[in-house]
Amino acid sequence: MRKAKALAVVAGLSIVTAACGGADPAEPAPAANGASSAPAAKTLEGVTLEVAAKWTGEEQTNFEAVLKAFQDKTGAKVTYASTGEDTGAYLGPRIQGGNPPDIAILPQPGLVQQYAEQKALKPLASEVQAEIDKNYTPYWKELGSADGQVYGVLVKAAHKSLIWYRAPAFEEAGVQPPTDWATLLTAAQTVADSGTPPFSFCGASGWTLTDLFENVYLSTAGPENYDKLSKHEIPWTDASVTTALEKMAEITGKKEFVLGGSSTALQTEFPACVTKVYGEKKAAMIIEADFVAASASESGAKVGEDAKFFPFPKAGETEPVVLGGDIAVALKESKGAMALLQYLASAEGGAVWAKLPGYLSPNRNVPATTYPSPVTQQLAQTIIDAGESVRYDMSDLAPSAFGGTDGKGEWKYLQDFLRDPSDIKGIQEKLESEATKAWKK
Amino acid sequence: MTDRSDGPQATRGDGKSAARGASPEPQPTTPPAKGAQGPTPRMALWFLLPALILLGAMVIYPIIFSIFRSFFDSAGDTFVGADNYTAIFTDASMLTTIRNNLIWVVIAPILVTTIGLIFAVLTERIKWATAFKLIVFMPMAVSLMASGVIFRLVYEQDPDKGVANAVITSVGDVFDSSQGYPGARPRENDAAPALENGAVVTRQPIQAGQPALLPLVGLKPDLLPADAVTAKAVTGPGVGGTVWLDFAPGGGGAVGKIDDNEKGMPGVTVEAVQQGAVKGTTTTAADGSFTFAGLPAGDYVMRLPQSNFTASFGGVSWLGPTLITPAIIGAFIWVWAGFAMVLIAAGLAAIPRDALEAARIDGATEWQVFRKITVPLLSPVLVVVFVTMIINTLKVFDLVFVIAPGSVQPQANVIALEMWRVSFGGGGNQGLGSALSIFLLVLVLPFMIINIRRFRREQQ
Repeated sequence: MRKAKALAVVAGLSIVTAACGGADPAEPAPAANGASSAPAAKTLEGVTLEVAAKWTGEEQTNFEAVLKAFQDKTGAKVTYASTGEDTGAYLGPRIQGGNPPDIAILPQPGLVQQYAEQKALKPLASEVQAEIDKNYTPYWKELGSADGQVYGVLVKAAHKSLIWYRAPAFEEAGVQPPTDWATLLTAAQTVADSGTPPFSFCGASGWTLTDLFENVYLSTAGPENYDKLSKHEIPWTDASVTTALEKMAEITGKKEFVLGGSSTALQTEFPACVTKVYGEKKAAMIIEADFVAASASESGAKVGEDAKFFPFPKAGETEPVVLGGDIAVALKESKGAMALLQYLASAEGGAVWAKLPGYLSPNRNVPATTYPSPVTQQLAQTIIDAGESVRYDMSDLAPSAFGGTDGKGEWKYLQDFLRDPSDIKGIQEKLESEATKAWKK
Repeated sequence: MTDRSDGPQATRGDGKSAARGASPEPQPTTPPAKGAQGPTPRMALWFLLPALILLGAMVIYPIIFSIFRSFFDSAGDTFVGADNYTAIFTDASMLTTIRNNLIWVVIAPILVTTIGLIFAVLTERIKWATAFKLIVFMPMAVSLMASGVIFRLVYEQDPDKGVANAVITSVGDVFDSSQGYPGARPRENDAAPALENGAVVTRQPIQAGQPALLPLVGLKPDLLPADAVTAKAVTGPGVGGTVWLDFAPGGGGAVGKIDDNEKGMPGVTVEAVQQGAVKGTTTTAADGSFTFAGLPAGDYVMRLPQSNFTASFGGVSWLGPTLITPAIIGAFIWVWAGFAMVLIAAGLAAIPRDALEAARIDGATEWQVFRKITVPLLSPVLVVVFVTMIINTLKVFDLVFVIAPGSVQPQANVIALEMWRVSFGGGGNQGLGSALSIFLLVLVLPFMIINIRRFRREQQ
């Protein structure tokens, strides 16, 4: 802090600003130089920050635009470091070496817990917490917390409760986007009757199956049970899981509903199953998140015209909205870090980001109209509408040995379930025994 | 191995010229006399130090630490004794993993060595031997990761993408091509015809003058033959009916009724069945209608036999749970056969010609020459190739990782892959991972020792 202030003084010498005054707005001292365009005092002049996240390419460019807006506002200098796909493997050594970035953006809430246990995280300052209380539902606050202490801000969301469809296939079959489970089944049947298999599953990518299960489960069992199952407070042998799996089997268990049958589906990885719908035009629907849009347009489909989506219909009482997302945490104690987190948590920062493509904000005070395309506006609106019943991707909340490893835990047994949906009880028992191992209770 | 024995030799040679050309056994620890004979032990230690530090830091220390680590739990702070090792042999999925490794070790080295031997012997006789060898050796230049990606595509289920299935299905189609309308089926309601053992059957018996309606769905209209025309109901005295595609493009057609925009399905075989016995057979016309000529009056059930709907053979499910390990072994052979061939061919070139000549003059057949002369003389090389392959198969990782789709990874798993996955791939249980790596080390060690012994013997 001292050093930062001293630096600020040095920096402020040429343009006589009240940088070190900090919070004092009465002294904006309009400099004689051209720098006078700044509307408010640049409170963080001379502070440097490092932010690490896994984004590359366009996502990185967009995030850097947000950082730029923060720099313009505060005068701090922010550098971006890409962690690559495995954020944990990047941050681990830097934390151990005592040289972490000021802020890291973690792709899973599990990492928040893990780093909090290692005492690597800094608790959020009260201003940041106030910002979170204002803009986020309590559920998100809890996700960024460990042992009652708030550490993280959910800054970017992925909407996982969508079913994408190929509009021409629906037209051929003469069906409308379904609104509930029953109409989904009749629509699927009609599409199958028209000669097009309705669903393309990405069975080789286990996470797509967990996403499907989570939507059905949140819908049939409700948010309370969802939370309990996420923490393994109710066993996987619970009757609510049976119901959800039975519902799931209504679409995965029918031969003519699955493109190529289950054996082909189990060999199809994530983007390949999108190509089968939009590139090869072999199937009509795909159950996955907003990011299908990117693969769909790569396959030559126009998002919004050929590639459309409808919200995952409710299979039970609750309209399911399952989100994935990235959580920003502070790894170093600094005023700049807290200011940046506060900015990211604010509606202002969210709005800057929301104007760029490929972004969805979990912030309820970022209005849907901010988004550039009607598609994202519609997505954002479903998140805002779902309010308190929005839930985070369950498999990402689980220990990764259970919820995120090829050939293990939830991925494996949901794949087995896709292969043969007849033995629901057996699948549940195996899930439970793996879960017990992973949670160690 | 050779690198390591080179090291001390070189340093000794540089130190004092007298030692040049001496036996390769490291001698510095037993100096015969001080002076011109060699460096002092202290001096030798200095020269050995870089190698010792490197080996110690990068080989010895990791092994010892892994052994130590394998007795602790995932967090690394609770001593669990041999628990990790018992976990290896009690967990069902681990046992699959070990079984897979056994299959690998038994099958892959034998196949690679045999194929390498066959290639080597055959290329000796052909004109363009070098070109041929170059091509067979080429896969060695491709990284295992890339080979995996290639074979992932080769084994793709869809014959339009996977070469393996493209070959199999095109051979299959020569003998038994698809006919009729695969995928077509009756709707699921009580009025629609029933599905019995793949055949479509009317629910009610039909009498003469009472046209049978056999609506089918599940087929794209553009898959109908070009001569198909709008479906027509049969009117007339005989036994007859219509088979048609009961799906109006864009929806809206009445279910089970012939609409104006629905086409007939020509060429469908129809059987008239009475009490289980087929009384007549006919084929539908371009508008989907059919009539049976000269059928005596009575009740008949109309049946569309399964042959109307059989799909062409879709190819083998290479990447399914049963064939995955053989499929990956196939890729492994593709990569390593060239390597085996080159080594064996070099050995072959070194065989004394006169022994072969003598055998031939004595009247031995080519097979006898091969069995009794070539193979025994080649055996040292064959053993080297074989043992190297055993070590390679025990360590196999990348091919399995890349070729097996996520859903069959458990069925294709091998120890090296499981070790990585347990330690870093999510579980984060480096205790169990260390135990697995030590287990793997114990498996590889005997073969390493055999190899080292061979090298020693050859050098003497």
